[in-house]
Amino acid sequence: MLAQLAQEVDFVRPAIDWHAVAPELTLLAFGALVTVMDIVWLERGRRLTSSVASIALLVTMIPIITLALDGEDRVMFGGAFVVDNYALVMKAMFLLAGYVVVLLSTNYVAEGDYWENEYYGLLLSSILGMVLMASARDLITVFVALELLSIPAYMLATWRKRDLKSNEAGLKYYLMGVFASAIMLYGMSLLYGGAGSTLLTDINDAVSVDDSPSAIVVMGVIFVIIGFAFKVSAFPFHTWAPDTYEGAPTPVTAFLSVASKAAGFVALLNLLFVGFFGRDDVYEPLIWILAAASMTVGNLIALRQTNLVRMLAYSGVAQAGYMLAPLAVASDVGDAALTATVTYLLVYAAMNLGAFAIVLAVARKTRSAEIDSFKGLFGYAPGLTIAMTVFLFSLAGIPPLGGWWAKFRVMEAVIEAESASGVVLGVFVAVNSVIALYYYARIGLGMWAEDAPDGDTTPIRVPASLASALAITVALTIAFGVYPPLVSEFDVTLLAGGLGG
Amino acid sequence: MLLNQFLLLSAVLFCLGVYGVLARKNGMLVLMSVELILNAVNINLVAFGAFRTDVGGSVFALFTIAVAAAEVGIGLAIVLLMYRNRRSIDLTQADLLKG
Repeated sequence: MLAQLAQEVDFVRPAIDWHAVAPELTLLAFGALVTVMDIVWLERGRRLTSSVASIALLVTMIPIITLALDGEDRVMFGGAFVVDNYALVMKAMFLLAGYVVVLLSTNYVAEGDYWENEYYGLLLSSILGMVLMASARDLITVFVALELLSIPAYMLATWRKRDLKSNEAGLKYYLMGVFASAIMLYGMSLLYGGAGSTLLTDINDAVSVDDSPSAIVVMGVIFVIIGFAFKVSAFPFHTWAPDTYEGAPTPVTAFLSVASKAAGFVALLNLLFVGFFGRDDVYEPLIWILAAASMTVGNLIALRQTNLVRMLAYSGVAQAGYMLAPLAVASDVGDAALTATVTYLLVYAAMNLGAFAIVLAVARKTRSAEIDSFKGLFGYAPGLTIAMTVFLFSLAGIPPLGGWWAKFRVMEAVIEAESASGVVLGVFVAVNSVIALYYYARIGLGMWAEDAPDGDTTPIRVPASLASALAITVALTIAFGVYPPLVSEFDVTLLAGGLGG
Repeated sequence: MLLNQFLLLSAVLFCLGVYGVLARKNGMLVLMSVELILNAVNINLVAFGAFRTDVGGSVFALFTIAVAAAEVGIGLAIVLLMYRNRRSIDLTQADLLKG
């Protein structure tokens, strides 16, 4: 019967550009290897897993570099999978962020008696989903990539099985995550219905023709954006973030707050700039409200946090607001909005991963992430204090650090729109930067000027992997600010029908 | 073709699912409510696909079914974990983390 079916269906095998999918295939092969190592070599394999995982991420960089040197845009599967400069920049960011997360996890996972192979296997498959997401230009590809990166993350958040807090963190993340992706899927089904195709370029062609959008398209766009607002933890869909960040193992928290959030933004950028760019009358007001509310509410709640991880979670909500701001004026400034958001994502990844690396290093001694436990840090860990100050000031946006440059690009984009809504949004960004400075500086003051709470000033032993993670993030945070062309000179124009045509 | 009736059915299922997720306190019932939303999505996709005589909708629906199965597998594991540690799957009891 199968032979009969094959005869009747006129099947043409799609041409596969192996070079274009090489990063995904490499990551997949290494992910499988990490999982199998535990079965074949047992204990002996277990000790090697974190090294294999970090090698995997570095090896995957090779095809990305060759693709970048080649410079040619590649389109596959009728436009569902696209490799352009924007995709390559984001893929490189996910791999580097993943590498730093592996460095953060090495000692934490080995000392915590966790399931090492499964941990790194799931981490790699989540990164695979993110790398795939950067190239996804089709509703089905976006959906599959989103689930591939989310499902392992639910498990990673629940990793400490016997710990009630970790259970709760995973449960809240899972329930909010599947609810959000179900709502997003409903929006996608409406978009498909409105356009008759799952390809983002076709959807843009179909939804942009009328002067006023049909009800089905309006609902589709709104549901899709709301679904991704959960993923990037924008207010009012941020409620899972602080709880999940606090309860999950800290390296996983770093991964969720940076890589997972960036993946949500990448999906949003793909959909917005390729999928329904012409429908700015629908998405711009919605994103404007999300951006303004996220930065204001995130910062105000962050002010009264006593736990550093929760504070970073709320500051992450505010940072998501800054990243959304240029998208609220996307139709006026076009590429400038895309560049501003991508720049912010790159800088945010470096500085936020760094801040979590410090939390990990200090918790090795104090066993706590309370802000009070950071008091007097300069007395016994001057190196960590200086690094933490760099990250906090960069998050606050103080020159000459990376965060300043990122905020500058966001301000530039919203002002360049030359519309009332853009200027008001710029005022929101400026006022919120001042509010945020207060709580970042408060931690800095405690570290530098106050005494250690229990008088314990034995130095902190920082393991090599954690130290190299810190070195990478400090170097990038400073380099992005001192030499901005590092992040701003990328030509990140989206290929294939981006920007409305 | 009867498109409106299918869309109406799926809209009703969607609303029931959203209500269930927001109002139910039992972990299993919340998972079932999410399934209702996903089924609303599938009805939409297949109806639109048939209406436009495009096979893409049915393909998307197949992907949704497969991925939803994987997702629910993880969900059941997490709810089971909660039951083992707490002897209860009442979501209102998960209140260790707040602020």
